[in-house]
Amino acid sequence: MIKALEYFIEIIKGGLITCRHFIVNMVFHTLKVLGLKTRRKGAVTIQYPEEKKEIAPRHRSLHRLMRREDGKPRCVSCMLCVTVCPSECIAVEATEDADPEIQKVPAKFIIDMSRCCFCGFCVEACPEDAIRMDTAKIEIADCTREHLIYDLDKLLG
Amino acid sequence: MDVLIIIIKIVCALAWFLTLTLYLTWLERKESAVIQDRIGANRANIFGLRLIGLFQPFADAIKMIFKEDFVPPFASKFLHTLAPFLSFFFVAITIAAIPFGDRLEIGGRHINLQILDLNAGLLFILAMLSLGIYGIIISGWASRNRFTLLGSMRGAAQLISYEVALGLSLIGVIMVYPSLRLQSIVAFQGEYLFGWIPKWGVLLQPFGFLVFFFAALAETKRVPFDLPEGESEIIGFFAEYGGLKWGLFMMTDFMEIIVVSCLVTTLFFGGWQVPWMSADGFHFPWGGTWLLPHGVVVLLQLLAFNLKVFFFCWLQILIRWTYPRFRYDQLMDLGWKVLIPLSLINIIGTGIVMGILK
Repeated sequence: MIKALEYFIEIIKGGLITCRHFIVNMVFHTLKVLGLKTRRKGAVTIQYPEEKKEIAPRHRSLHRLMRREDGKPRCVSCMLCVTVCPSECIAVEATEDADPEIQKVPAKFIIDMSRCCFCGFCVEACPEDAIRMDTAKIEIADCTREHLIYDLDKLLG
Repeated sequence: MDVLIIIIKIVCALAWFLTLTLYLTWLERKESAVIQDRIGANRANIFGLRLIGLFQPFADAIKMIFKEDFVPPFASKFLHTLAPFLSFFFVAITIAAIPFGDRLEIGGRHINLQILDLNAGLLFILAMLSLGIYGIIISGWASRNRFTLLGSMRGAAQLISYEVALGLSLIGVIMVYPSLRLQSIVAFQGEYLFGWIPKWGVLLQPFGFLVFFFAALAETKRVPFDLPEGESEIIGFFAEYGGLKWGLFMMTDFMEIIVVSCLVTTLFFGGWQVPWMSADGFHFPWGGTWLLPHGVVVLLQLLAFNLKVFFFCWLQILIRWTYPRFRYDQLMDLGWKVLIPLSLINIIGTGIVMGILK
């Protein structure tokens, strides 16, 4: 009997919690409608396409390839990113470079964004700091798969 | 002329009922959102006019109407189509016996603000709510799917169990107000205890109210008691339905909320009674009077009824978004081992108290 009473009290407590949330949030919504500014908002929602959440500096977003001072890609086609990629979405085809310091440059550098899982291992693996994921572009959805295959020019931006 | 008045009353009541049903879906979205610190559906618009998502029900309705009306090839086509209409009909018809207000006087004509002033209105509503179970059983059965059949069996077991508690809890009410006519039950609640406390059912029958409310919540088949549907994981009785027929089941749910709110209001919270207001205006217990014209009085009564109904709709949605679902044995325990004994004790207690006070 006492247990049942405790149970009933807990049920009412639970109801009061949601009720409190409702009333407090409604008060802040009403204040907003009335044009009174408060530090707190009635909801934590971010109305996405209109307002966007600030992206953290370490957020892994769309890849980009870095350039040297003279504008050529930093990539030396060492294939480390290709090896480490768990989704196997990077394809690199090397070609010789006239500069003996560099020796190899990519003729093709393709990332298939439809397969990429944004783990960032390619960035970690790169010895030349040639690939980064700091563009803060997160809206890369597209209508066709072909558009999601990013080649060298697109990645160099 | 009388026929015309009745037709107008039916049209008005149904319009009220269906509009409230539509906007309960809106309220459900918004209230759940506010409870969970969200904003809720606010994108539906007409020419860019959003109005905090008030057009959302229309968007939903249009979506449901244009969906494919699919009957599974193995189902019984006639019964499969009949079931949602049955459940919709039996809930929609209950509005006939709900008293919205007192008599309205226009041009010497007394119009009862109730479609059908049945002398057994309470029994009529309970009977129709019980008949609604046929929609559930037929829908689960006619789909010829094991899971929907199991869902409808759960539904039938639950509704029959709680029907008992629902009926028994009302016996106390019928003892206190010696009438089954809803209009006279409401009229009785216009009297006062010690001259100033309104004689509302919740004060005379607190246990009856609790048992009735819990049992009625189970009757609406919503979340703490949503075992027949179990929309998220256990498969419910309308798994084989889509489009508008599914929409009818959904509307039935919301209409049941309104009917339960109307019943709770009528039986336990004074129906259309405004405290200290009689047919000619306010008579305050501290001696003041504030006379009002007849039209204003009727409007205030309608307003009071609506506010009470809205409050209970709100409360039921709050309950739906607060509590987790019962396990099946807990559900049956609550019905048979808690609510039915409580309602029996309530009957005995009411009888004893009435005998002493006589």
